[in-house]
Amino acid sequence: MKRNLFAKIAFALIAMLLPFGVMASSHDDSEKKEGIDAQGIIFEHLGDGYGWEVPFNHHKRIPLPVIVWGSDGLHVFSSSRVTGGQIYRDGNAEFKIAGKDSDHKGKVVEIIDGKEVKPAIDISITKNVCGIFIAAILVIWAIMSVARWHKTQGMKGPRKMTGAVEFVIMFIYDGVIKPTLKDKAPKFAPYLLTVFFFILVMNLLGLIVIFPGGANLTGNIAVTLVLAIITFLITNIFATKHYWKEIFNPDVPWWLKWPLPIMPIIEIFGVFTKPAALTVRLFANMMGGHMIVIVLTLLIFIFAAMGPVVTGATAVVSVIFSVFMLCIDVLVSFIQAYVFTMLSTLFIALGQEEGHHEKHEEEKSADHAAPAAAAQLNTQN
Amino acid sequence: MELFTPDFGLIFWMFVSFAILFFILWKWGWPAIMKGVSDRADLIDKGVEYAQNAKEQLDHAREEADKQIAEARRQQADMLREADRMKTQIIEEARTAAQAEAKKVMDAAKVSIEQERKEAQQQFRNEVSSFALDIAQKVVRNEMKDEKAQEKLVSSLLDEIEKQN
Repeated sequence: MKRNLFAKIAFALIAMLLPFGVMASSHDDSEKKEGIDAQGIIFEHLGDGYGWEVPFNHHKRIPLPVIVWGSDGLHVFSSSRVTGGQIYRDGNAEFKIAGKDSDHKGKVVEIIDGKEVKPAIDISITKNVCGIFIAAILVIWAIMSVARWHKTQGMKGPRKMTGAVEFVIMFIYDGVIKPTLKDKAPKFAPYLLTVFFFILVMNLLGLIVIFPGGANLTGNIAVTLVLAIITFLITNIFATKHYWKEIFNPDVPWWLKWPLPIMPIIEIFGVFTKPAALTVRLFANMMGGHMIVIVLTLLIFIFAAMGPVVTGATAVVSVIFSVFMLCIDVLVSFIQAYVFTMLSTLFIALGQEEGHHEKHEEEKSADHAAPAAAAQLNTQN
Repeated sequence: MELFTPDFGLIFWMFVSFAILFFILWKWGWPAIMKGVSDRADLIDKGVEYAQNAKEQLDHAREEADKQIAEARRQQADMLREADRMKTQIIEEARTAAQAEAKKVMDAAKVSIEQERKEAQQQFRNEVSSFALDIAQKVVRNEMKDEKAQEKLVSSLLDEIEKQN
């Protein structure tokens, strides 16, 4: 449904410019039918892949390892053996990338008795996984450069990139985390700051079109889902008694709780809608931005069939609009990272609320529970 | 719909990457930065406080110095006035003392002059009386060559003495 909606939007944009094209060259009908597969290109760019495209070449890809658990155990091989559409034989198993009309479109499948079967586990280092690694390394490099500065340069003010990164850290810490979480801020700041920088770097990497970037990371629902789940876990694991009381026995007139527990149901529903909102907000914003830029660029090729004048005019307009959109996307990258961090902080802060009566007890028990909960979190990760 | 179906492999690697990233930054990144930043903030706060104190002290010191200078001036004026007063007093005292001394000297001189004068007067008197006696002797010797004259004189003298007494 959604995909069709996006396609419709794309076609609506094209339709707005169509009259010019029709006027300019109405005799090109036959060529138009052989036009490019816009939808295919858009989804190839937004989606994941087993290799990483290199600029100006549709066939060559940077090979990445494919790791699958097939019918007869673990198979690890280079993606270059299957990305061309070939069948790769590893031992007794045969693998290929499923075609367009398959149920597992674009995924590595095992061919068993002529049927395409999805492997039990597919943890291949795909383009997006590789992008995540690059983003993580960049974040570690950026943050550790500030940490190293503080260790080696002492009280001197950091300069250049270190100073800029430190400014952003303090902007988030003093502007978002501290005012919301108050005295609990140092406990949750490491997670929230990590999330902010990870999302920011992934967003910005997505905007770079060639190798180190280009992977649509935060525009992928799996990535945002994981981040939202971690926030969800932290919110609920570290939550106070008061938070749970507010969910199961909120302070509302009794007839809202008994015999039909309307409010508890709404509250429990709210616990799960929060991470869902986080997931969809970041995913939809980033994917939407990418899609608009791709569609604007594709307009040039769609109109290429209508003669040089139209193509030239479209190219100028499209480039201006894509540059404008990319500029906005840079802003959106920052805003979405900020919003995700802000909402995570807010949700965690809601879980840290304490009643006025049991405040002292809660603090004690929370202190005891913290290391155990942290250990639990690590194992879950 | 592949955009809306999360891929297991990606979720797995995302969890792993995030866990590693978080662990590294949690262990070596954020504590160092937070500590460094708060230490630096403390240092700056301390510096500002120190500067404020120093400024206050400086202002205070200037005030104090002004006060001390004023005090010193006042003392100086007092001392000058005192010295002036003492000078006048000393002069006065000296004058009084000198006057007293002079008076004493003059008194002593007067006494001695008086005495001298008295002595001189006495001497002169004695001499005059001795001269007078000598002259009287001689005169008497000349006149008293006869008995009668002698008797006449003696009687006149006796009369005289009687009259005087």
